[in-house]
Amino acid sequence: MSALLPRAAQVKRAAWLLVAILGLCVLWELYKLLMPDDGVSIGDTLVLPRTDDASMPHISEIIGTFDDPEVAGAAQASTVGSAVSSAAWYSLRLAAAGFLFGSLVGFALALLMQRVRIAERALMPWAVLSQTVPLIALAPLVYGWGANLTLFGLDWQPWMSVSIISAYLAFVPVTVGALRGLQSPPAVQTELLACYAASWWQTVLRLRLPAAVPYLIPALKLAAASAVIGAIVAEISTGLAGGIGRLIITYAQQATGDPARVYAPIIGAAVMGIVAVGSITLLDIGLRRFQGIPEPSAEPDIAGSVGGGPVLRPWRSRA
Amino acid sequence: MRRLRSAWSAAWPPLAFGVAFLALWEAFVDWRDVEPFVLPKPSVIWEQLTENLDIITRAMWATAQNALVGLAIGVVAGLLMAILAARLRTLDELLTPLSAAVAAIPIVALTPVLNTMFSTTSSIPRRLIVAIVVFFPVFVNTARGLRRIEPVHAELMRSYAAGPWTTTRMVRLPGALPFFFTGLRIASSTAVIAAIVSEYFGGLQKGLGPAITSAAAASAYPRAWAIVVAAIALGLVFYLAAVAAEWLAMPWRRLSVAP
Amino acid sequence: MSDAITIAGVSKRFGSGATAVHALESVDLVVGPGEFVSLIGPSGCGKSTLLRIIADLIPPTQGTVVVADKPVGTARLDQEYGIAFQQAGLLEWRSVRANIELPLQLHGVGRAERRARAMELLELVGLEEFADHHPSQLSGGMQQRVAIARALAPRPALLLMDEPFGALDEMTRERMQAELIRICAETSAAVVFVTHSIPEAVFLSRRVVVMSPRPGRITATVEVPDVVRNEDFREDERFYAAVTEVREALRGRLAAA
Repeated sequence: MSALLPRAAQVKRAAWLLVAILGLCVLWELYKLLMPDDGVSIGDTLVLPRTDDASMPHISEIIGTFDDPEVAGAAQASTVGSAVSSAAWYSLRLAAAGFLFGSLVGFALALLMQRVRIAERALMPWAVLSQTVPLIALAPLVYGWGANLTLFGLDWQPWMSVSIISAYLAFVPVTVGALRGLQSPPAVQTELLACYAASWWQTVLRLRLPAAVPYLIPALKLAAASAVIGAIVAEISTGLAGGIGRLIITYAQQATGDPARVYAPIIGAAVMGIVAVGSITLLDIGLRRFQGIPEPSAEPDIAGSVGGGPVLRPWRSRA
Repeated sequence: MRRLRSAWSAAWPPLAFGVAFLALWEAFVDWRDVEPFVLPKPSVIWEQLTENLDIITRAMWATAQNALVGLAIGVVAGLLMAILAARLRTLDELLTPLSAAVAAIPIVALTPVLNTMFSTTSSIPRRLIVAIVVFFPVFVNTARGLRRIEPVHAELMRSYAAGPWTTTRMVRLPGALPFFFTGLRIASSTAVIAAIVSEYFGGLQKGLGPAITSAAAASAYPRAWAIVVAAIALGLVFYLAAVAAEWLAMPWRRLSVAP
Repeated sequence: MSDAITIAGVSKRFGSGATAVHALESVDLVVGPGEFVSLIGPSGCGKSTLLRIIADLIPPTQGTVVVADKPVGTARLDQEYGIAFQQAGLLEWRSVRANIELPLQLHGVGRAERRARAMELLELVGLEEFADHHPSQLSGGMQQRVAIARALAPRPALLLMDEPFGALDEMTRERMQAELIRICAETSAAVVFVTHSIPEAVFLSRRVVVMSPRPGRITATVEVPDVVRNEDFREDERFYAAVTEVREALRGRLAAA
């Protein structure tokens, strides 16, 4: 949904979101209360989780863990909370770098594909396909480039592996969304500009680009979310120090001693995702003057435009 | 005959690009003497793939099972919830903003939590993660489809004095099918991705994810790349299965429009 | 035989207070059994609103409408009319045959009887070969013919049509008009036909009811001579005379508004 809702509706949505989150917390505690400590098993397999404090900490414990000192009894006490926020900030920067690079490349590629028809026909199927396959599986391999690679005179830093994964995951939705957007103006508008003898670049600047905004925004949101996920997963599969992925693994390993701790970086990761997508929403607000363009057809906003979707509203006039 | 020709004209540019890309890759590795830990040659990757086929297939099967079970649970849950949300406004109001928020966060990060809740030797945490990841696109898309009804159809059903349940059964549900399948297409590929990613969080070492990391750790990079190719193939299989299901379920969409 | 429709003192107001829209004001109209009546007028004159009130899709603010001697609500429940809109509104997942069967299916008609009736109607509109096709395979004109067949399925005594040919090109329109004449002759249903097009209204109907906007009301009624409606009629003097009369009626009112 690239069109912004009116103020009242936005507040309403935020309120419902809070209710939903509170509801989940209530469900959590209720489940802890009602279900047996050892969970429910069918035969040997546990089908419903254990509810003892080691497996499912109370919500209060989870909230409390942010204040706990990271290393018990250390001289320079840093809290779990601060460790999580600095790790989240680090990972966010990596994701952002990847996102920016990937989006720029994606957009440039979309421009190329709009200009050169054969490029679109040759590359688009691959772009669409990339959205459906687990490219994230490449993460450990890219990390293997480690510090032993020199590209264009630049030494490959380990963090770059993470950013490049983010970049790849971000670039595909941007390419697909940007191309759809650039191609969205109806023939009547492109023909109008042709009558004015507008050059390709002028047409792009004056017509295609503004028309592409409602398509770009959801694509950028998806790209931002993918970049964050990519960064975290890349960090986990490679164990990059300093990032939130590594922190999740570390705290998960400490889970027997302190079960609530691992929730902190997970919440941090969720916040990262929301910050990333939220910043695109801010961009959307900034670009408000293009919102007059009607919403794209019935394609899902939260995912790639894979193939044609049903267009349910043929615009026929009713006299 | 025309159909075949148009299918070919759509297929040859990407195929040509793919072939050219592989050829260039192969040549580039030779020309610049690229180390295998950076980029192995396609021919070497293929070799590794065929040599290790049995290990790879086993790993594929383990991951596929997780993805499949999670997909099934998530699809059923998403579908039922969408139907419920179409009837109960409150539920819809609750779940829609939540779904939008969840789309931004990395669900797979919850795997360690689930690993503790169940046990690290269980496949259930991964399947649950897949189910959660799958639930949201199916729910959001199906709910969207159920919400819509074309004004002309609404008026028509009213002129037939059809009750709300009849209208839902005859118009809204079939009309929502395309939306459901859009969600399913997204869900099927995401299921494989989530299944692989959740394997990186420790636990059972049977799937494709651990196979890749252990190959990389042993510096057997061409083999690692071969397993990546297998992972990509698995994702493709799931996606194509969803596309096939869509094609089968909606025969009226296969037809071309008369002049 | 009683009248098909009796409209008495119908008014329709949307909204309230200063911003209210007076879509219809004190409309009186009687449609006899088997009579073909057109409603014509500029945008906003309330013709579509009036049609929807007859169909019990929206309630009037004031006044009464009686269809087949029943209040409109009962008439709708008893399926006393069939309706066709500007968009064919066919369900894309049903075959052409199943689309025609829809109203019958909704009212519990048995399968064999439904099929027979559907085939009968398909022959009537000339689409027998397309029985098992899907709407997406049909052109606009063909879809509209299916919509008309569907409207006729429960053998209603009244047919309501809201600019069904509005989305078609002129040549197809004229063909469809001839088709409609033929179909109506065979079913002897009364028809209320909303249109924008003066020649269409004159060609099809016995009476053309001219409406004007702000507020919507009937300003004139033009009787079209009872001449055989075939392609020759389009070149007939009496056709042109009636068209002129309708045009004057529309213009006369517009000038004063």
